[in-house]
Formats: sequence, structure tokens, C-alpha cells
Amino acid sequence: MERLSIVLGKGVRALAKIRGTGGSALPGLVIEKTNPDFLRHILSKLPYGVIVISGTNGKTTTTKIVSELLTKQGLKVFTNKTGSNFVRGVISEVLEDISITGKFDYDIAVLELDEAHAVKFCEKVPINYALILNVQRDQLDRFGEIDHTADLLQKVANNVSKCAILNREDPRVSKIQAKNRKFFGLSEKLLKTFPSDDSLLDKDKEAIRKSKPQKAEVILSKLKGQVAEYEIGGQKFSCDLTLKGVYNAFNAAGALALCMEVLPDVPASEFIKYLDCIESAFGRGEIFKVNGVDVELLLVKNPAAFQLSLASFTDPNYDYMIAINDKTADGHDVSWLWNVDFSKLPHVSYTTGIRASDMALRLKYDGISVDFIREDIASATSDFTTSSKKPKRIFATYTAMLEIRKLISGKSLI
Amino acid sequence: MTTINILHLYPHEMNLYGDHGNILTLVRRLEWRGYKAKVIPYEPGDPFPRDVDIIFGGGGHDSGQNKIEEDLLEIGPKLKKLVENETPCLVICGLYQLFGRSFKTSDGHMIRGAGILNLETEAGPERLIGNIVINSETFGEVVGYENHSGLTTLDNSEECFGKVVSGAGNNGKDQGEGCFYKNCIGTYLHGPILPKNPKVADFLIEKALARKSPNTKIKLKALDDTIEESAHKSAASRPR
Repeated sequence: MERLSIVLGKGVRALAKIRGTGGSALPGLVIEKTNPDFLRHILSKLPYGVIVISGTNGKTTTTKIVSELLTKQGLKVFTNKTGSNFVRGVISEVLEDISITGKFDYDIAVLELDEAHAVKFCEKVPINYALILNVQRDQLDRFGEIDHTADLLQKVANNVSKCAILNREDPRVSKIQAKNRKFFGLSEKLLKTFPSDDSLLDKDKEAIRKSKPQKAEVILSKLKGQVAEYEIGGQKFSCDLTLKGVYNAFNAAGALALCMEVLPDVPASEFIKYLDCIESAFGRGEIFKVNGVDVELLLVKNPAAFQLSLASFTDPNYDYMIAINDKTADGHDVSWLWNVDFSKLPHVSYTTGIRASDMALRLKYDGISVDFIREDIASATSDFTTSSKKPKRIFATYTAMLEIRKLISGKSLI
Repeated sequence: MTTINILHLYPHEMNLYGDHGNILTLVRRLEWRGYKAKVIPYEPGDPFPRDVDIIFGGGGHDSGQNKIEEDLLEIGPKLKKLVENETPCLVICGLYQLFGRSFKTSDGHMIRGAGILNLETEAGPERLIGNIVINSETFGEVVGYENHSGLTTLDNSEECFGKVVSGAGNNGKDQGEGCFYKNCIGTYLHGPILPKNPKVADFLIEKALARKSPNTKIKLKALDDTIEESAHKSAASRPR
């Protein structure tokens, strides 16, 4: 049956390519319908098992960190690198990598899945580990309500056979139950500087612990510039990160805790030593050179992600552009922009995208001036990136990020 | 200098969908005209403030709504008195429903509302989600985003806030959206509603100032609303 599915799936893939439909999910869809056990059969044979990484924000970068750290230790890692985080997307990627004879030459699968799809995935495939990062308000019309999201993640944790690694600082994540729970966390001092979802709503409320925190395997204890200090088993390890942003440094603590569970015989220092050179994932703080100037592209999907980005990136020596679309992948409802506090932004050169005016209006009420409001992303990007010799930062929703990335990673502007 | 006191009902539990933007809009548009604004957050069990010039309440998720129901019944008579005395008021989604007489949940459970607006709501089979445009006699075109499963029906005596141009509105059937009683507006429109519909914001402000100084004629200073109008237009042009 597996052999037949592989041939069928690869055939559909080839056909889809010839027809130019290119949809990465189509072969996965065909196999999902004809052989629902396909993924379980292939993935349950992996010697080190299956890892699911979920949560509202930071999945893509964290998945990249875990994959790279495990690869450095000699494991062959299968990961859903195209970010097609549906079950059928994972099937499509398996089909791409599996040989026609059914050889799937990997040691472990590290998969990024959003909350709803993680539950569907767990119903089909036994999972060994889960890393749960956070539960934050998404664009609201996509997943509905935050408590519902926490329930979904509990269902994922119920299916974990070895260990669930949880963010102890997120009240909705730390109360998730599992057979074997391990935590990652922040030092008391860093916690105060970290906006949680609840403190986002309650501006005056600092993130403070209401009860004694869970013991954490890995703690992000200090962060000065790009130098992070992790506390692991009473020892301190320092690391000069390439990844920017406090949230990435924190998610790396979760990644470390997870890797230590998967390979318990490898000392922590062996993982730390490779952490510094890991670079940002697709559109998540990637830096491009455009006309000799650094342009940083930051995906912002929801208020928490935007607020965290603003907490790390409001250097006045930069020029800023904000690109807001309201297509399905961005969220149709742009109300969430009003849950973000922009008052720390020095100044914005351009707002662009379908909702450029909404963004400018939001900034106006926080007292931030905007030079240009231009819906057309191509022309705004071109003018913005050539406007001065100052380094640039672009905050963009998902589809706007894709469009801008295409523009600035292409040859024409460099 | 005149200070306008804005009562923000249950900001902790009832603050979904960017409703903070409505408060911010009232505050800024008062400040830009040289008035002072004071926002009074009210949470369950707090003492009810003495001076209230504008009432605002937003929507919440179910768990949040459960936490405030009882308290709302307690302060209901005080709120009703304020509304009857023509205090300007804006309630959205969850608190719009609870300003009515009752809410019938999907399992048939009845939740009592504050009974300030003559309307009833029951849980519907599906969520009504999307961009919405309505036409109001007082304000003209009003744009927003709706996301609710409750279906609201007004008593015949009540006036709706506007007629649906595109979207669902109160119940998806009678073309009505929201409720407009004295100076109280109840509506399903998020977006948030006030930044992109500055006429509605200015209505609340003007009524508040007029109540504050009954013997002076209030004429609001015009503001430059170019960006507001452009955001309004772009919202109105979006597909459902």
C-alpha cells in the first residue's frame, strides 16, 4: 500500500508541476484521501521519533533552531521547511524526499504545526515530543478565541509519548498537562521586560508571577545586546546570537531544552556552541542588502508578535516602513493593530499595503507621523529602500512580507 | 479647562478586537480640541464613579463575559439612569447584547441583561464574520468589522443604529444593525468603529460637552480628518 501511494503521490506531484499548478498540497491531498495511514507508517519508523512545535508566535524560527542544532549533532532531520503546516503539506514534503522504493532516510522529524493542524496531525501520527511556545491572540477571526487555542494545545500534549516542553512564563501554556513535562523560562529580571498576552491588554500590569514558578531546565537569564546567557542545571552559558529579538533568544531556550531531551547524552555546551551562528528564518528578521543598505524584514502576524518586535526594534537610527494587507493569510480584520502600542517608534517613512491608510490612522492616534501613505507595495518598497543611506526596517503582515521579500531579494534592486 | 470623564466598562475582560482604539479616539479628539479626558476603568466590584460623561463598553470572549454578568446586573440601574438622562454611550458586541434584556445561549440557558436597551439576543448557528457597511440616518455611511454569533432582535419601539448595506448586522434578516436609543449606541461594529467613523466619535463628544455645560452652545472645532476619511474609504471598498 505504501509503495502504491508513493508512486501515486509522486505521479500527482509531477503532473501538478507540468500543469504549472504548483500547489504544494495537491499530492498530499490525494494521498490523504486514498491512504490515510501513509504518514503514520512512514514517520513512526523514524528512530528518534517525531517532534511537533506549536504555539502562536515563533514556530518557524524555533523549528529552524531545533533542526539545525540536531543536525549539528549528526542527526538527519526531516522538517517542513516550506512552512506548509497542514497535514497534507507534510505529506507532500515526505513524498518529495522519499525514494520510489520507500526509503525515507531520516532519523527524526521536526515539524512546525499551527494549533488546529497540530491536533489533526496528532490524531493521525504518534508524536514523541512537543514544544509549546505560547498562546497569544492571533488576528482573532482565524482561530477565534484564545482559551479555545489553549484547549487545542492541551490535546496535542495528551498525545505526547516522551516529553512536552512548555513555556513556564505563559500562564495558559504552563498549566498544560502531559505525561512528562519539562519547562523553559526567563529570569525574574527579564520577565518584567517581556510583554505577555495579558499584560498587552492591561497596560499598567507588569508581568509578575502569581505563584512559585515551575522548575525550568533552561532559563534565559540575561540578554545584553546580542549576548544571551542561559542557565542550565546551575551552570551559566553565554552565547553571541545572530538571531535578533528578545523573543528569539527566549524561544532558543525552549529549543535547547527540547534538544537536551532528544539527545540526553550530549552536554548542553555542545548545543550552545552552535546556537550563535543560526540565522533568521524566511522573512522573520532576515536582512537583505539593497543599494548597499541593510534592509531588515520582520513578519508581524498579530498584536503580541508586533509588540515584541517593537520592544526589540525601535532604534532611531533606522528608517521604518509598515506594510499591512488584509488577505486571508493576514487576517481580514485589522482591528488588532489597535491592540499594539506604537508610541516607542521614532518615526515612520511609509505605510503601505491594502490597509496602508488604516495603519497611518493607527499611528496618528499614537502621535507618530508618517511621511507617505501608499497602498502599492512595489512602488513604496522601491522608493523607501532608495530614500536614504540609513539602514531600514520593514514590518509586514504575511502576504505583504512575501511580496516585499520577492522585491528586495530579487536582483533588480540590489 | 473642561474634563470629560469616560467610563470604560470592564476593560480587562471585555476588550477584544481592538476596542482600546475607541477609547484612544475619544481621548485624542478631546485633547486635540483643548479639552481634558479622564478614562475611568471600571472592573467588577469597583465603586461606581460619581461623574460619568461618556460610557464605553466592548466585547469579550465567553469566559470574560461570565465574569462580569453578575456585576453588570448590580450596576445596571445606575447605567440605565445615566442613559435615560441622555449620557452618551457606546456599547459594542458583548456589552451591546448585555445592555439588552436577555441572551439565550446555544444550550437554552438564559442570561439576564441590564435591560437598558429594549432588545433580546439568542445564540445563532454560525458566526457572522466580515467587513460590514451600514447606512445611518444620523451619521451616513458607517464602516466596521463584525464577528458575532448572537442574533439580536429589537422591540418594534426601538430604532436601529443603521441599515445594513453589506454584511449581516443584528440578525442577518431584518437589515437592521445596532440600536440607537437617546444618546446610546449599541452595535456589533468593531474595526474599531470610532477611528474610521469620526462623526460617531464627535457625536459622543459633543453630547458629553453639551450635558456638561447646558447653557452654552457647543460647536466642535473641525479637525483634519484626511487620514480618517481615507481609511474609511478603503474599509468600505473591501469585500465582505
